[in-house]
Amino acid sequence: VFDSEGVTASAALSQELRLAQVRPLAELVAGRLAGALPVADGLASILPDGLRRGSTVEVSGGIGTMSLVLALLAGPSEQGSWSAAVGFPLLCADAAADHGIDLSRFALVPHPGADWTTVVGALLDSLDVVAVRLPRPPARLTDVDARRLAARARQRGSVLIPIATGRRADGTGGWPTADVRLSADLAAADGSWSGIGSGHGRLQQRRLLLHANGRGAAARPRSSTVWLPDRGGATGPAESPVSAISTARISTARMSTAR
Amino acid sequence: MSEIAGPPRTVAVWCPDWPVTAALRSSSETDSADRPVAVLSANRVVACSHPARRAGVTRGLRRREAQARCPELMVLNRDELAEARLFEPVVAAVESLAPGVEVSRPGLAAVGARGPSRYFGSENAVIGALARELGGVVPDALIGIADGPFAAEQAARRGVIVPAGQSADFLGDLSVDTLGDPDLADLLRRLGIRRLSQFAQLPARDVLARFGPVGAWAHRQAQGRDARAIAARAPGVDFSVRLDFEPALTRVDTIAFSARTLVEDFIATLTAHGLACTCLELTLQTDNGEEAVRRWRHTGVLTAIDVLDRIRWQVEGWLHGSRGARDAALAAISQHSGPGGDAAPGAPSAGITLLRLAPLETVPTGAHQQALWGGSGAQDERACRALARVQTLLGHGSVLTAVVNGGRDPLQRTQLVAWGDDRSPARSPDEPWPGQLPSPAPTVLLDPPTPARVLDDAGRAVLVTTRGAVPMPPARLSVNGAAFVPITGWAGPWPVEEHWWHGLTGGPGGRQPAADLSVLPARRFRFQLVDLRGQAYLALCSSGPDAATPTWSIEGIYD
Repeated sequence: VFDSEGVTASAALSQELRLAQVRPLAELVAGRLAGALPVADGLASILPDGLRRGSTVEVSGGIGTMSLVLALLAGPSEQGSWSAAVGFPLLCADAAADHGIDLSRFALVPHPGADWTTVVGALLDSLDVVAVRLPRPPARLTDVDARRLAARARQRGSVLIPIATGRRADGTGGWPTADVRLSADLAAADGSWSGIGSGHGRLQQRRLLLHANGRGAAARPRSSTVWLPDRGGATGPAESPVSAISTARISTARMSTAR
Repeated sequence: MSEIAGPPRTVAVWCPDWPVTAALRSSSETDSADRPVAVLSANRVVACSHPARRAGVTRGLRRREAQARCPELMVLNRDELAEARLFEPVVAAVESLAPGVEVSRPGLAAVGARGPSRYFGSENAVIGALARELGGVVPDALIGIADGPFAAEQAARRGVIVPAGQSADFLGDLSVDTLGDPDLADLLRRLGIRRLSQFAQLPARDVLARFGPVGAWAHRQAQGRDARAIAARAPGVDFSVRLDFEPALTRVDTIAFSARTLVEDFIATLTAHGLACTCLELTLQTDNGEEAVRRWRHTGVLTAIDVLDRIRWQVEGWLHGSRGARDAALAAISQHSGPGGDAAPGAPSAGITLLRLAPLETVPTGAHQQALWGGSGAQDERACRALARVQTLLGHGSVLTAVVNGGRDPLQRTQLVAWGDDRSPARSPDEPWPGQLPSPAPTVLLDPPTPARVLDDAGRAVLVTTRGAVPMPPARLSVNGAAFVPITGWAGPWPVEEHWWHGLTGGPGGRQPAADLSVLPARRFRFQLVDLRGQAYLALCSSGPDAATPTWSIEGIYD
């Protein structure tokens, strides 16, 4: 009797052990499929859950679009994710690096051509974050295309960041399948850049008022003021005047050489 | 012949400093005969010419160190495709004497010596015939004969014939560095083993236990018992694979991309049988029946990436190797081998329709497997594959990666390289670069700059005086002909004192004085402008010598 109990006890123990071994793997798989990608510190107030895998996060065209896109790509990139920007104009490598993007895992496809949906689809299959700006002249976005790309992102657990260039004031005309819509506004009417005067100083940081709304978990509208870019080129929450992001090295190095 | 069948006699042809030769030829430098030259890859010297070596430049140095040792050093970037392409005529020349040439890497080829030495009468005669063939193709090639490819390579580096059976003695005096494995050599030196003879005396079992399969293999080489016979034994199972292209392909990257799955399957099948490939035969065929067969040997084990590299090299060499040096090679070969010589080399007349891989030699491998869930390496590989696929869809140069380059303005500091190309920056961004623009950098760069108009309160164009002052502050801005917007903030002018001498100099070398020194170059000043909408710009004002007619343009947007 004791023997058989001992056997069952050890069997239960070994099962427990095996479960303990499997669990991290299971979490890894679940995280790959359903988890969220981190966002930069400054955007945590507006995207508290990070970038949910499989979602579409629209960025409205307008002021601060490029900085916002770079800031969105920076969080995942710091964690080793791959990202790509499709259809963007010439991006400044310095600005991307200052935001925290690992340039060796960041690809640019400036001219995706007429077959841009194929390109974006192929990238969504294997990269974590893909930012898209529609090619300039014709390239009309149909609902079918948008839905297909959103489904592709959902299936592969990647994040699609389209730039809505044709959005109107009443909210129509954006990307049809967006889960979260982000837009940026000037934080103050009298100019949001600080550090620059009339003939003196230099551009240092900019206050932007970010809005987020959408559907599902993001249905409640959020607004937040951030430094974008902050001193040193990254993103920072606007409440704290001194950002915790350690890009001070760059700032001081450049300031000392600025004329 | 001795009783025990040793490694077969092998002729090796070694072109010293091949990366330098190839880089010089593809850079079309003319007066470079006795200049010190170094070829760099990832900021490290991978090869240098003889004068550079005499000046103290060695492999593995950083660019700056090398330039410090030898200030007149000409620095070239490594171009592996050009190396393969230019080596093609050399291989063709060797092939005209004996079939079955094995290319270890561009710059080193080996072929079995038995057949040719019987044909020519002696090994000396083989070297003579080879030297004649190579004379018109490559300026500098060393030939050596010894037992086995490794000993033959070492013999070629010294240009000697090692008599049969004495390869072990010949190798014994060499340093452990010649094994070509820096980690192993370092470890051995720390153990007090400096010569190959010392290493060879260790018991084989202990070497295997301590250094693993790689060490055991090196040990066999040090003993002169080279395990790799030249294509001696084909594996029992037929592992060869083939891929038909329909329609025919003519581009290196499309062929490499299409072959990717095939190569991975090929390696996976071998791995499943517990084997790894050390030498493989790669066959390419065109629609018109032309064929290019090449044997590729690898020191160590060929991985999928290595195989793909070799496919790329061979295709590149075949498709584009027909220019320049090839013509000389063709002339030499057709002289020697008559009408048959025309078919072997020469660029193909049609696209490539067939690719075949056959493992000529395999070694048992350790139990190496990929991680079950794929590490971060798997993710990287997936991403790289997707980007390569997009590049195939849109063409080379459509997928770019950005590199932070050294420089003073954002356009100089942003270097875009095509996907898969070398990502090392042209200038080091870590140097101080005094006078560079302060952070943050503009997010969007405009290349070429967009014309703009900047007016003061009275509606006159804002100008910068010759002393760098702005008498009337900017008040309104119009970018590219759009409506004027009031300016709320501005900073500047920051003079740009770079390359003002361009356009001044008369002679080609830039040493002769300008024809007319009274004509001063245009002066350029940078501004930061913020308009009423909150949009900030990086503007450039360039004014003529009299400062009266300024031209404004927008170089970047702080979006």
